[in-house]
Amino acid sequence: MWLIKMAWKNMWRNRSRTTITMAAIFFAVILSVIASSLKEGIFGNLVKNVVSFYTGYIQVHKKGFWDEQTLDNSFKSSPETEQLILDNKNVVMVASRLESFALASSVNITKGCLVAGIDPRKENMITSLEKKVIRGSYLKDTDYAVLLSQGLAERLKLTANDTVILIGQGYRGATAAGKYLVKGIVKFGSPDLNNRTLFMPLATAQNFYSADGMITSYVLSLNKTSHLQDIRSLLDGALGQAFEVMTWEEMIPEVKQHIQTDSSNMKYVQGILYLLICFGIFGTLLMMMVERRFEMGMLVSIGMKKSMLIVLLLYESVFTVFVGCLLGIIASIPLVYYLNRHPIRIGGETAKAYERFGFEAIFPASTEVWIFAYQGMVVLVIGLLLSLYPVYKVIRLDPVTAMKR
Amino acid sequence: MNTVIDAHNVSKVYNKETIPVYAVNNVHLHIERGEFTALVGPSGSGKTTLLNLIGGLDKPDNGSVFINELDITKLSTNELIDFRLKNIGFVFQSFNLIPVLTAKENVEFIMLLQHIKKSVRDARVQQLFRQIEMSDKMDARPAQLSGGQQQRVAVARALASRPKFVLADEPTANLDSKSAFNLLDIMAKLNKEEHITFLFSTHDQRVIERARRVITLVDGRIVSDTAAVSTRHEKADV
Repeated sequence: MWLIKMAWKNMWRNRSRTTITMAAIFFAVILSVIASSLKEGIFGNLVKNVVSFYTGYIQVHKKGFWDEQTLDNSFKSSPETEQLILDNKNVVMVASRLESFALASSVNITKGCLVAGIDPRKENMITSLEKKVIRGSYLKDTDYAVLLSQGLAERLKLTANDTVILIGQGYRGATAAGKYLVKGIVKFGSPDLNNRTLFMPLATAQNFYSADGMITSYVLSLNKTSHLQDIRSLLDGALGQAFEVMTWEEMIPEVKQHIQTDSSNMKYVQGILYLLICFGIFGTLLMMMVERRFEMGMLVSIGMKKSMLIVLLLYESVFTVFVGCLLGIIASIPLVYYLNRHPIRIGGETAKAYERFGFEAIFPASTEVWIFAYQGMVVLVIGLLLSLYPVYKVIRLDPVTAMKR
Repeated sequence: MNTVIDAHNVSKVYNKETIPVYAVNNVHLHIERGEFTALVGPSGSGKTTLLNLIGGLDKPDNGSVFINELDITKLSTNELIDFRLKNIGFVFQSFNLIPVLTAKENVEFIMLLQHIKKSVRDARVQQLFRQIEMSDKMDARPAQLSGGQQQRVAVARALASRPKFVLADEPTANLDSKSAFNLLDIMAKLNKEEHITFLFSTHDQRVIERARRVITLVDGRIVSDTAAVSTRHEKADV
């Protein structure tokens, strides 16, 4: 205990130096936490944007559907299966879809499109489809009508209240044909979705494809999106071999790849930040060892074991780094929460570019607890590693040489 | 057993690879309990090196140093640290004290290293501060004390673990006359009343005059040991 008291007193023997070191650590932790929170927040927002376009965080299909997306790989919708999925505490809602392809025609133009039979109410809760309606109105369960994506509508030269003719191949080779009212036009940020998607109520789609009661996927709405792989494993176990459970990372791997690339770049920035912390702490340790060389020689001369002297110096370093870290974390909490509630808004052309893709032009900060803990730990570990320098110097300390002036 | 320090044929050589310099050259030294000995000589004569060898801070290139019949040149570095803690008190020329601790805590420090219990520590600290006549300064930090007071606290610390002897390297070098005499008085009183053995290096005439035995070193060799006989007479009186 007396050693801890002595370390504490030693820490404050040069108040300015200790304060400067703590301040360096304090600001480094704040910067590091904010950088990480923004990175996680931006990526989280990106995923939320992309996922809410269409895929959702998790989908359940019949085994093999993702590799061969045909109606032959559809399955019978059943309340039991839905209940099995809903039994997972993290699943808030399940929306059924029947997806296939068809040719869409207006008077003189025909174009291939993706037909998505949806549950309008649930779909809206998962992908906010109603908000994407730019003309006309949103679908109802009982409608015998469709929503056209903006690009497709322009190509077909159709608008709300016009009629579109669909022709395609139905379930088990049956011919699928129908004439539908265009109830509304929806706009997607993703050019791919915007140019080729058509929505209709699930029952209408099942009727069109002669696939009564059949669906191709369940789209899941989740409570927490942070442990996707765990949720996926649980669902896999619950649903058995007949189904495939896929996360957005598997369905749209290019987004994950983009995040990984950006994360790597961010690591360089954080690396520089950590390097600055290293120099700050090391400079203090270096000065401390020079200033207290005589004293350390004297302490060993009068009988203080080197191991005890090492523990004393370690206490001093750990206290300094720990206090700096703790204060940094405490101070970063309100800042990160502020940036979460009041995200950085991008303006100008960049904002327009974001909005063109259907993204909100904001940089929110993530408030995940692990970010604070992780950054604090990293700086603490840096401090501890650098504390090995005084340890090394004490091990090599020769009291006679140390006390020479 | 009255012999405290027994150095046999001790040598310390620097620059062995190029031009060897004998800091201490074939020195024989025998010091008995209760002696008050000054090691004198000009700068570079080897006083501090000899004290370092006797104190186990340095190892001789040749010869042996026996403290209470134990050859300390055979001890490992860690054993030497422990040996110094329990057997030798040190007073250095300056910067003896730990600046963040009070005078009392500085003296107590040695006993904390020895895991001595609090009641014993407190009693010993009180006694030592009475002996150095600084009971009113126990809670002062080193920076609040004069150079002479700091050296007196250093003497108290050196005595805290009840060592076999005290080694003092130029203890009065940075002190004014009054402080130097004060310190010498205290050291002499402790020597006389408690038979504490003091061996100190100095080139300060005031200190030499107070010593009962004066050993003169020149170029690492003992050239005179003036008061060997009188010291024995005085010890017989005690």
